[in-house]
Amino acid sequence: MNDSQGEPRGGISRRGFLAGTGAATAVAGVTSELAPATAAQPGAAPAHGPGPVLLQLTVNGQKVNTNVEPRVTLLDALRNYLDVTGCKRVCDRGTCGACTVTVNGRTVYSCTMLALEARGMDIRTAENLGGAKLDAVPAAFVDNDAQQCGFCTPGFVVSLRAALDKNPNATPEQVEAALAGNICRCGTYEQMRHAIVQLCKKGG
Amino acid sequence: MKNFTYHQPTTIAATLPLLDAEWGKTELLAGGTDLLDRQKDYVSQPEKVVSLTGIGGGFREMSSVSPPGVFPPIITIGAGVRLVDIAESKLLAQYPALVQAAGQIAGPQIRNMGTLGGSLCQRNRCWYFRDEHVNCLLKGGRKCFAQEGENQFHAIFTQGHPCVIVHPSTLAPVLIAFGASAEIAGPKGTRTTPVEKLYHAPVKETQREHTLAPNEVLVSVKFSGGGPQFAKFCNASYEVKQKETSDWPLVQAVVAFHFEKDSKIAKGVRVVLGHVAPTPLVSEAAAKSLEGKEVTEANAGLAGEAAVEGARPLSQNRYKVQLLKVAVKRAALLAAGVKPYWEG
Ligand SMILES: Cc1cc2nc3c(=O)[nH]c(=O)nc-3n(C[C@H](O)[C@H](O)[C@H](O)COP(=O)(O)OP(=O)(O)OC[C@H]3O[C@@H](n4cnc5c(N)ncnc54)[C@H](O)[C@@H]3O)c2cc1C
Ligand code: FES
Ligand code: FES
Repeated sequence: MNDSQGEPRGGISRRGFLAGTGAATAVAGVTSELAPATAAQPGAAPAHGPGPVLLQLTVNGQKVNTNVEPRVTLLDALRNYLDVTGCKRVCDRGTCGACTVTVNGRTVYSCTMLALEARGMDIRTAENLGGAKLDAVPAAFVDNDAQQCGFCTPGFVVSLRAALDKNPNATPEQVEAALAGNICRCGTYEQMRHAIVQLCKKGG
Repeated sequence: MKNFTYHQPTTIAATLPLLDAEWGKTELLAGGTDLLDRQKDYVSQPEKVVSLTGIGGGFREMSSVSPPGVFPPIITIGAGVRLVDIAESKLLAQYPALVQAAGQIAGPQIRNMGTLGGSLCQRNRCWYFRDEHVNCLLKGGRKCFAQEGENQFHAIFTQGHPCVIVHPSTLAPVLIAFGASAEIAGPKGTRTTPVEKLYHAPVKETQREHTLAPNEVLVSVKFSGGGPQFAKFCNASYEVKQKETSDWPLVQAVVAFHFEKDSKIAKGVRVVLGHVAPTPLVSEAAAKSLEGKEVTEANAGLAGEAAVEGARPLSQNRYKVQLLKVAVKRAALLAAGVKPYWEG
């Protein structure tokens, strides 16, 4: 468990230690809302935190609220505070792509973005491709048996959808280049290639 | 990650008073692709994070102007511009080296998040530095563990360097080859400096890989091909990588020069090397070797030989010497428009 989720790491609570030194006054569950501005000039920015602050996000078209400390990543806010669990936590270091979501139409690693940085943006997760009518991308994955354990799949389908939205006439090679930031540990790449060919034939 | 207070000012002027005169307690945040990793690994533990993402205007824009008689156009890129926008920019048609370098950084997600300023100010990737439990020279310790340890990805120009990191940015060597200048805002106002002067080899905790003061913000960079009128500005960046994507290169070479009207003779040659020294390395020897010559395979090869003169590799990275020779040769040939015969 990593303490960006609000939990002590390795049994030692750094937060407790910090509170003891007076460097932090975090009290879980208390919303410290926006403190008064530090400087009376245009553009001056109030301090948020270190305690939990109000976080309002737009996730898959819905406005949602929670309270998080500034250190909470978008991934942890989605999964642990908002119960949007399509995005997966694998490396938590911006290298595997399991946590991929789109922010204003562009793919990002949600583990490598602070939740506070996503305020006011249009966040879309793998859940956005499911629902009553399955999107063509996950449908092609089903048709081509393009997953084994499936843990990487939500990240892949979000990246793939974004690539086709950006260029509906993309060639399979171009789509593959757009998936360079996603890794499948089961090595299901060959079946994913079949799904990509099928999608490119259909024009996205 | 240690917790912190977070600020998101909307102007550079409002950002400056939030910064400290010393490194450590406050960090600027742009795309976060470098900073968040360091925070998660407790390599950086700021108490205050000042986000630059609320700042708009020129900080997040790219512009191109062509005054009469100047060719190619003068480009200004705000430090907040995302890497993807550099990689896909139409304004940069005359500057393929920058497009190539930006397009090769990591994968799409990192390029969508990471910024020019973040690439230029990112911290080094040495695994001793990045390890929470290793107290190396750059973290207040007494020793550079790479000198005698696992150093296959470290510097080969090591003379006089107590710390043998390689500078991580692949955009910095390109901008240096272009003779770019950086605009920097600080408590005393705005200053302009050559990008080359942005870098030094750090040897202690109170230094970074760049020379910005802790209370300064990189605002933009500016460059032009700068040659005589109607000259063709030729430039290319060539990287040798262990993996096709999602990795820093093993070595990088950037070559830039002019062809005067209808001539095939390289003039004003600049050669800058990446991932071989603690700073981007300007190779006067390689530039001199190519100056005034036709860019043939043989002459490009000689420039490669010249580039590695004086290299003093560590115990595990002698292989980089040969890679660097080849990278310089290929960058020069690509800049001259030679078809990459080494592909396929
Ligand atoms: C797998 C992988 C491969 C990569 N390969 C390459 C590569 O080949 N070449 C390459 O160049 N990079 C590479 N990168 C690094 C990537 O380019 C950087 O992580 C990115 O550019 C950082 O930008 P950012 O906006 O996310 O910076 P942040 O993480 O937000 O900031 C990085 C640092 O720069 C400082 N900073 C940011 N903006 C400014 C500013 N305007 N003024 C002063 N200080 C500032 C911050 O305080 C911080 O210390 C790679 C990264 C990954 C994960
Ligand atoms: S969990 Fe974010 S990239 Fe791996
Ligand atoms: S299906 Fe298991 S990681 Fe991709």
